[in-house]
Amino acid sequence: MSLGNSTVRRVTAVTAATAVMALGIAACGGTTKNSVAKSTPTAGNTASANPNAATRKGLTIAYLPKQVNNPYFTTSDNGGKKAVEALGEKYKEVGTSSGTDTAGQVSYVNSLTQQRVSAIAVSAQDPGALCTGLNQARKSGIKVVTYDSDTNPGCRDVAISQASSVDLGRTEVQLMAQQIGDKGQIAILSAAQTATNQNTWIGYMKDELKKPQYKNVKLVKIAYGNDDAQQSFQQTQGLLQQYPNLKGIISPTTVGIKAAAQYLSGSKYKGKVKLTGLGQPNDMRSYVANGTVQAFELWDPAKLGALAGYAAIALASGQISGAPGQTFTAGDMGKYTIGANSVVVLGKPTVFNKSNIANFHF
Amino acid sequence: MTVTTDQEHRARPAGGSGSRKLLDTVLKVRELAIGAVLVVMLLATQLDNSDFLSQQGIKDLLLNATILVLVAVGQAMVVITRNVDLSVGSTLGISAFAAGDYLSGGGNPLVAVVLAVLLGAALGAVNGLLVSLGRVPALVVTLGTLYIIRGLDSVWVGSRQITASQLPSGFAGFGHDGLSVIPYLALLTAAVLVCVAYYLRAYRGGRDLYALGSNPEAARLAGVPVRRRILTAYVVCGALAGLAGALYLARFGNVDSGTGTGYELTVVSAVVVGGVAFTGGSGTVYGAALGALLLTSINSVLPSIGVSSVWVQAIDGFLLLLAIAVDRVVALRVADLLRKRAAETRSARHA
Repeated sequence: MSLGNSTVRRVTAVTAATAVMALGIAACGGTTKNSVAKSTPTAGNTASANPNAATRKGLTIAYLPKQVNNPYFTTSDNGGKKAVEALGEKYKEVGTSSGTDTAGQVSYVNSLTQQRVSAIAVSAQDPGALCTGLNQARKSGIKVVTYDSDTNPGCRDVAISQASSVDLGRTEVQLMAQQIGDKGQIAILSAAQTATNQNTWIGYMKDELKKPQYKNVKLVKIAYGNDDAQQSFQQTQGLLQQYPNLKGIISPTTVGIKAAAQYLSGSKYKGKVKLTGLGQPNDMRSYVANGTVQAFELWDPAKLGALAGYAAIALASGQISGAPGQTFTAGDMGKYTIGANSVVVLGKPTVFNKSNIANFHF
Repeated sequence: MTVTTDQEHRARPAGGSGSRKLLDTVLKVRELAIGAVLVVMLLATQLDNSDFLSQQGIKDLLLNATILVLVAVGQAMVVITRNVDLSVGSTLGISAFAAGDYLSGGGNPLVAVVLAVLLGAALGAVNGLLVSLGRVPALVVTLGTLYIIRGLDSVWVGSRQITASQLPSGFAGFGHDGLSVIPYLALLTAAVLVCVAYYLRAYRGGRDLYALGSNPEAARLAGVPVRRRILTAYVVCGALAGLAGALYLARFGNVDSGTGTGYELTVVSAVVVGGVAFTGGSGTVYGAALGALLLTSINSVLPSIGVSSVWVQAIDGFLLLLAIAVDRVVALRVADLLRKRAAETRSARHA
């Protein structure tokens, strides 16, 4: 009897669950139909573009960041939202809650394709893994813009680069050299040893250090904190113990720099060992205030998201096709020109210090 | 006939206390071995780099270990009962954010710490109830709560984060200041460690945890309140994870919805390296604390002597296997010895 009862209960539960799932699917179906009705994507990829074409109305621009609920991407996507909605278009954001869930990101690409949005602005978790999905989307007329992290050039129409790697690498060395008076040992605290963007920037840092004015600046070590607070702490401690004469640390990762700053601010090295690199003003505010950090830099993620939005709208309106040399207007940010490999560069990074940090909130 | 029974009566207590002494020695040797490895490692590093054990260096070593030690102590209590709590990383994360959220609204630091501990204890109670009432494997239950708590954390926290500028400066100071080389956080951790160790050693409730881990069925038959003891272990484990969360906030000054992700594995490693057997019933919290200190110290030693940090994980894994191998060998030896003794007693009886 009791066995029979529990079976009945189980069957009921399964039926209930199925009903709930069916409802969910029905709800999703509704949204899909609506967005199809709203946005009729242009068919095929037109190689030619008409820079004077009117901006089309009723577009849906979908943002697919590397990770939702990540403060950086929230800022950038909100910048995008502002830009997209200012032009009267529809904005939406979807994405995985983990920054390394590539399969999840692929399925978001596929579902956006089914929903027939006008354009996808994506920050790719992997340069190759999204290609099949994104090309499928482009075949059905959806424009693809990458921002922050690019895919292989063949899988998107335009890429928005936060700042050129050359600029980022060189300016970080310049910031550090200013603070230590062009003289002394410096080290780099990076993220993972395999992080492509980090390694590119570090490459340009080394190149900048070859210039004669930095002949007295010596890069002694590159440490890897794996973007983990505890590991970055311990790597910083290791650098300071291994090189007692260390004058400065450059950390081109937002996680690394705030961990290093927190460690320095509570140690005897505070103010004596300089720290600069790429950081976010909210993270670094108290360390700038208490003198641990003089100046650091970053691009403005809100502008990055906005530029991705403007580029997506220009693509969907046929004003650009993604070919190098074409120009488009990005609202009050002015005119931008598409460079080699269909990359648009946002501009030089912004330097934050005691005098201006209060104006930035991300 | 009477003579034989007499002999039996005398032999049993003697054999019993003998094997307990043997076990005690074995366990002590186990902890001493970890301690010795730690000391040798630190001294060797000091010889290579004389800055390593400077005032700042010692302070850093202790600070690096405190958070892991706290969580490992709680975890050890659970592992001793032949269970495990995989949700400690999530609990640490959500408690840290709760404390930070309260502090950024202008709260009192002490209340913030209490809040984190209570939240951790509540989550621990959920785990404890599920494990003890549901009679489901702890590994699966706490894997479930790991994801649930992390999910709730993501929903609640969203993209917000607590940064150092939102915390009162006294609280951040508490995270790195101390009495000369001994940081406040280490003092607090040491106090917790001693209390838990004393409870496990001297109180009936503590001894019951070992009984439960050695043989759950026998413990139940002997009248150990199984559910209550398991619940206690989980509540303490959760509370310590919560406390660790508050200290994490003080130390790192930065918490978001991802804080503590993957921490459970580090904690379990520390506990096992520290000689707390995963099969339950043996090990001490001092061992777990030493294991935690050893693992975090390796992470400090390698950068200090200039070895690439990519080696860290491999070395941690090697230590883990070594610890388990040592435990296995020791267990076999002890079982062998006990069997031999039993045989001797038996033959003595027959003779």
